[in-house]
Amino acid sequence: MNKEFTCIVCPRGCHLIIDDQLNVTGNSCPRGALYAKSEVTHPTRMITSSVRVKNREDTLVSVKTSIPVPKELIFTIIKEMDKISVEAPTNIGDVIIKNVLNTGADIVITKNIK
Amino acid sequence: MTDVDLLIIGGGSAGMAAAIEAFNHGVKNILIVEKDKQLGGILNQCIHNGFGLTEFKEELTGPEYLSRFENQVETLGIKYLLNTLVLDVSKEKVVTLSNKSGITLLKARAIIFAVGCYERNAGAIQLPGDRPSGIITAGTAQKYLNIHGYLAGKKIVILGSGDIGLIMARRMTLEGAKVLCVSEIMPYSNGLNRNIAQCLNDYNIPLYLSHTVSKVIGKSRVEKVILSKVDENRNIIPNTEMEFDCDTLILSVGLVPYNSLLENMGCLMSSTKGPCVNENMMTNIPGVFACGNCLHVHDVVDFVTDEGRNAGIGASKFLLETFNETNSLKISPKNGISYVIPQYLDKNCNEKVTFKFRVRQPIKNAYVVIKSGDKEILKIFKPVLIPSEMVMIKVDAEKLNDLTEDILITLEGKDE
Repeated sequence: MNKEFTCIVCPRGCHLIIDDQLNVTGNSCPRGALYAKSEVTHPTRMITSSVRVKNREDTLVSVKTSIPVPKELIFTIIKEMDKISVEAPTNIGDVIIKNVLNTGADIVITKNIK
Repeated sequence: MTDVDLLIIGGGSAGMAAAIEAFNHGVKNILIVEKDKQLGGILNQCIHNGFGLTEFKEELTGPEYLSRFENQVETLGIKYLLNTLVLDVSKEKVVTLSNKSGITLLKARAIIFAVGCYERNAGAIQLPGDRPSGIITAGTAQKYLNIHGYLAGKKIVILGSGDIGLIMARRMTLEGAKVLCVSEIMPYSNGLNRNIAQCLNDYNIPLYLSHTVSKVIGKSRVEKVILSKVDENRNIIPNTEMEFDCDTLILSVGLVPYNSLLENMGCLMSSTKGPCVNENMMTNIPGVFACGNCLHVHDVVDFVTDEGRNAGIGASKFLLETFNETNSLKISPKNGISYVIPQYLDKNCNEKVTFKFRVRQPIKNAYVVIKSGDKEILKIFKPVLIPSEMVMIKVDAEKLNDLTEDILITLEGKDE
């Protein structure tokens, strides 16, 4: 049976159709085909959030997962992020949690705070 | 009074791109004025990813995207003032600045407005019902959550399916709020399809199309929001009410370019609520330019950056070259096109020009036609055009040479 969904790889939002043999149509780029395959086998998402900065008043620093993580772990990973607070200065790319919940993804800082 | 060659009002994506490009084109005495405590504008609170696909061929978060431009501003040594508000700009380009050290006057030879836009609020849409606390625009809720760490509510109804509303539906869900639904008055969503997929469908948040808020109920805090179905003229259909017990109503009902300073200067304004500009992003006041969301609201930041660069190049031409002021041709939208940027084209234009426009409603299988009088400049086929996606069409310089009559941009059916 064919499955249909909207591609979330880029803002273009292609309408993807994938069949049982994992043939993808409707994609405008190879990344769309990869997304469709992963969506029917093991759906993943990037997570972005922000965490507290201890030594700055009224300041949060934004973070993301270094790679997309399994969709079913989103809320658990958000909880892990909420436990963390960091110290400024921060640099884009700083790893604050390595290999979160054994997903292979790191939680990295996405904002420079002096 | 200090003198600068180029003053840029707004240190967000448009302003930084304009500054960097003007600098690289030979303008060295530049000052960026930013009201916030940091450069980057709205991208500081857009912590989600999806930025930079056109610009950097990779997917960045808002803060990562802005840092690349912030770094260039620092490296080039372009001066900027933070925590500084522009109170007034005179026609003679005398600018009144206000910050901690008081009021200062400054004379600029050219000015680029890159001040962005603001969100339509409850008053702007004449929201029916009570006015308790708990009615908040999506961008404000985003700033509270992502910059300050406060969740604006726990049980939420969102009005408007623009991208910020969709992004906030997901973001607040992740931080523990329950988003009951998103209501959209139009029969189609105004957000990107991918955001419907990854922000609503992923979290089973219903989207009610052709629905709007018919009443807000609450004494000190929002207690209930009533949604009703609307007909094709967007009038509420009686007896279609749905009641939602909630504590917060988030409004994502459109952005309006922020242009009170330009209006006060007597600048010619367009239907986008931004100024009219020519292909150099210059307004009808010589040496005054505009770019980014204060000119017209963009879908993605990459296009804002590009437009900022155009304004930066335009300003550098104005400052460094002999800028022949000639008569301009007017560019008008027609037949299903709601607006076009630029609104004017210099008759002596000898460069490629990007026409940017939006359609009024979704349309399939149409030709976009650009004409000067009876002369067809360009005709291209578009399978799908929707209002939420800005269309950009590049027209080569040779096609724009020797035009004598005003320009029309219009849609034609497939068989015409």
